[in-house]
Amino acid sequence: MSRAETADERAPGGSGPAAARATLGWGLLGTEISVLFRRRRTWAMLGALAIVPVLIAVAVKLRPAASASGRGPAFLDQITSNGLFVAAVGLVVCVPLFLPLTVGVVAGDTIAGEASAGTLRYLLVAPAGRIRLLAVKYLGAAVFCVAATLSVAVAGALAGAVLFPVGPVTLLSGDTISVGESVVRSLLVALFITVSLLGLSAIGLFISTLTDVPVGAMAATIVLAVVSQVLDSLPQLDAIHPWLFSHYWFGFGDLLRQPISWDSFGSNALLQLGYFVVFGALACGRFTTKDILS
Amino acid sequence: MTAAAPAPAIETHGLTKRFGRQTVVDAIDLTVPRGSVFGFLGPNGSGKTTTIRMLLGLASASSGTAQLLGHEMPRNVATVLPRVGALVEGPGFAPYLSGAANLSRLDSADLYAPRATHAARVAEALDRVGLSAAASKKVKAYSLGMKQRLGLAGALLTPRDLLVLDEPTNGLDPQGTREVRSLIRSLAAGGTTVFVSSHLLAEIEQICTHAAIMSAGRLVAQGTLDDLRYAGQPRVRLLTPDPAAAARSLARLGLAVDEPPAAGLAPRDVVIEARFDPADDARGESLDIVARLVADGVRVHGYSVERPSLEDRFVALTGEGFDVEG
Ligand SMILES: Nc1ncnc2c1ncn2[C@@H]1O[C@H](COP(=O)(O)OP(=O)(O)O)[C@@H](O)[C@H]1O
Ligand SMILES: [Mg+2]
Repeated sequence: MSRAETADERAPGGSGPAAARATLGWGLLGTEISVLFRRRRTWAMLGALAIVPVLIAVAVKLRPAASASGRGPAFLDQITSNGLFVAAVGLVVCVPLFLPLTVGVVAGDTIAGEASAGTLRYLLVAPAGRIRLLAVKYLGAAVFCVAATLSVAVAGALAGAVLFPVGPVTLLSGDTISVGESVVRSLLVALFITVSLLGLSAIGLFISTLTDVPVGAMAATIVLAVVSQVLDSLPQLDAIHPWLFSHYWFGFGDLLRQPISWDSFGSNALLQLGYFVVFGALACGRFTTKDILS
Repeated sequence: MTAAAPAPAIETHGLTKRFGRQTVVDAIDLTVPRGSVFGFLGPNGSGKTTTIRMLLGLASASSGTAQLLGHEMPRNVATVLPRVGALVEGPGFAPYLSGAANLSRLDSADLYAPRATHAARVAEALDRVGLSAAASKKVKAYSLGMKQRLGLAGALLTPRDLLVLDEPTNGLDPQGTREVRSLIRSLAAGGTTVFVSSHLLAEIEQICTHAAIMSAGRLVAQGTLDDLRYAGQPRVRLLTPDPAAAARSLARLGLAVDEPPAAGLAPRDVVIEARFDPADDARGESLDIVARLVADGVRVHGYSVERPSLEDRFVALTGEGFDVEG
């Protein structure tokens, strides 16, 4: 029996051998995530995010009076009484620009980065499958959203614990919760913010399928994040506000009340899901029909 | 699987690619037999890489069809491409990853590559192209030649039925080029069909069994290497001190003399070249030209019938390349 004949049994439609030999394909996701965290750029961005709450904590520690002057976030001065607030303040500071910036870099790079490195054609010839590659890339970006939010929250909690007293936390509703409970609330806030970034990631993925220039896709994604927030702040446009992907970005205050109100979490999740569906579909439509000439 | 002859490794019909108003690949009908080492020749910009992109499902055809290993592309990429190794338009790797990590990434993209033997496959592919020592080095520290070898290693991760290699010797030194040729020979000996493109005929002529020649998007010739050579007109080369008489004599025999010499006796031997009519190619061997020349009183000091080299033919068909005659 010739080699060609053996091989033909793996041909399309050929049942047994092909089906038996195909793996589930999780390997590609595994490599994608490990490659993401082997890049120096990823660690540089996570490190920069982690520095934000640390800087805030140090600044407040050095000049506690300055924060009470009325400028800056209202609860900045609360840090001095309870270090657990540092994580929350760090997240608030990072939400409008720093987090979208890093997510824009990762999401904008997904496809365009592979194209410009010349690896896209080899992944597709491997064959990775276009839809599968998009899915893996999106999941990789989502993992980065988790890592980015957590690095702010964890660095903030650690800096707060080192520099300030830690004790029971007073919520926005006036109720007091234990230190353990407050850690859970912090993680819920981190989860809320991670979900908030998923719509932006889908937009970045789509933009990334439009170009072979990663910097362009990154910049476009970041600009959209800023534009969305600007539009959201114009009262004349309040009709479109609920449809802007950044509309609930600061809605995590509801998670800091007793009892927890899940309304904004649910609305936010639904909105982000909508953006995921629309821009995911656009990305699939674009990428599956695109000529790979990079 | 009862068919006596398997489908060709590659078969295209009227395959065409247009970019805007420019037709880059113009209705090519390509047939690459199984088991062949097929040279896909053409000057830069003649459409080789674009054709390869369409074969591999990277780019869609403007019109026409392409089949790989008997299956329509790009519809069957998922099942056909695991059996195809490819190098397209130079190597492409993540510079911040090691050579081994880059291969490992490609291997994990192939659904048909069993997880258990993953590391062994990567190590073996690296060994095959002589990169074992540089396996853990970051690709940004690789030379162009090393990247090219790594690209070949990527094409060889699993046993393939077909290898599509776009300019595999680009960036390699003469030693590297020889190594690639011997690698291709050994792969072909193992039963793999190799489709290899090049703008340099000399680099692949010695390993090919078949070839096709592209010129400005059109396929101007294809067949076995011998077919291509013999399609050229044979030439007679004559060394004589009687050029004028020789030219008359050759013309009477139906040969076209390249540069009819001036009348009269030359002070010394002169080279005369003449072409047979391509239509009656077979006469070249049978005709006893020397006897007729001697009978006509021409002194013959040297005589040969020469087939044009494939290089001559390549240049004639594409209108490009280096003028090797000088
Ligand atoms: N993305 C593209 N857009 C427009 N024209 C292109 C593109 N890619 C290649 N071409 C043109 O197609 C022609 C053939 O290119 P190519 O297939 O790369 O040739 P080869 O591989 O034989 O050197 C060239 O004239 C080139 O300019
Ligand atoms: Mg080319």
